[in-house]
Amino acid sequence: MFAFTYHRPDTLAEAVALLQAREEAKPLAGGQTLIATLKQRLAAPSDLVDLGALPALRAIAREDGRLVLGAMARHADVEASPLVRESLPALAALAGLIGDPAVRNRGTLGGAIANNDPSADYPAACLALDATIVTDRREIPAADFFTGLFETALEPDEIVVKVLFPLGGEGAYEKFRNPASRYAMAGVFIWRGEALSGESPVRVAVTGAGQGGVFRWSEAEAALAAHFSPTALAGLVLSADEMIEDIHGSGAYRAHLAGAMARRAVARLMTAGA
Amino acid sequence: MQPSPLDDTMLAAPPPRLLSLTVNGTAVSVTVDVRMLLVQLLRDELRLTGTHVGCDTSQCGACTVHVDGVAVKACAVLVVQVEGCDVRTIEGVATGETLHPMQEAFREHHGLQCGFCTPGMILAAMDMVRRHGPVLDEATVRAELEGNICRCTGYHNIVKAIIAGARAMGGPAGGQE
Repeated sequence: MFAFTYHRPDTLAEAVALLQAREEAKPLAGGQTLIATLKQRLAAPSDLVDLGALPALRAIAREDGRLVLGAMARHADVEASPLVRESLPALAALAGLIGDPAVRNRGTLGGAIANNDPSADYPAACLALDATIVTDRREIPAADFFTGLFETALEPDEIVVKVLFPLGGEGAYEKFRNPASRYAMAGVFIWRGEALSGESPVRVAVTGAGQGGVFRWSEAEAALAAHFSPTALAGLVLSADEMIEDIHGSGAYRAHLAGAMARRAVARLMTAGA
Repeated sequence: MQPSPLDDTMLAAPPPRLLSLTVNGTAVSVTVDVRMLLVQLLRDELRLTGTHVGCDTSQCGACTVHVDGVAVKACAVLVVQVEGCDVRTIEGVATGETLHPMQEAFREHHGLQCGFCTPGMILAAMDMVRRHGPVLDEATVRAELEGNICRCTGYHNIVKAIIAGARAMGGPAGGQE
């Protein structure tokens, strides 16, 4: 690791001030990605601002018809929370598919979305559930938050405080995991519910596949809005040229997987609703 | 693209930090480089070498220890992050000469060959019991072991050992449904 100065602030305001004081300072949440990155010398922050002493950021609650997850909620917290399992079971199930149990005991929601790995799971849930990301200074709709590969709308000194998930409707997440890394080779989160006028009653978010990170699959949304069934997706294929191509799979393979995961998610929702 | 020349200050040791934590019930005060990993403190400083380093990329689980009762991979945690915490390693699992029920189950069911992965397996197994209780089925144990890799013999006896060890941890009533 390159040298850094370590800070462990007691308040959010202090954490933000520390990030503002040094241009190359980075927040540290659960560290399940960042520490590995530091070990490989792929990042060289001047300062690490550890958010581990801010227990208020770990709370999980239901307020005003929304599920509120603190940014420092561990994946294991979300997976096991009776409140999440009851209000948004697909989100609890998604958290239980991240990494492995020991990684889930450390990794956090806020860290995952701030990193915006193109193969991470939470970005798909945030986009499909139309979540709102609340930071120390503003609220950002998920649709505006994930801006590209490992890129978000966050300012360098901005900290995710919590994420608001609207309740109502139902969701399902299907993921094909890379057997070694457990990241999504393709993951599809589908939400179905009552939409505001002019908006789709079905949202389909795809992670693990797109070169630009998580995205909404509008053709699948339109097809499912017209007829909610796996057969409605027949013949719909994402463009292989826009999919990730690496040692784990070609673009065409990922395009195929995304379609398969979407059909599985629809089938799961239909079984749940039957 | 040419790599940019390293700035010497990037490699200079940052100011050390004095901190306290508890390891296997004993209070420990150490002065560490803030970059030190928990597994490095345990093995290199405290000489608790039962915690192993397998992959060093948080895949294999050989470095699994408990922090405040919760299993974590000690190669993916900085010492400074666990300041004030209660750390438990394989050396702190037995009571004197008496093996912990999970250790005893691994011995009884021959849940190891070379033994390299065993400390991590046992601490991961204890975490399963914490979350799922003492009655575990095979499918649960196999799914839960996804973060612990054994390269000797496969997992058959490890799974048997964990199911038996979990029941034993539940006490005399633990074997009853």
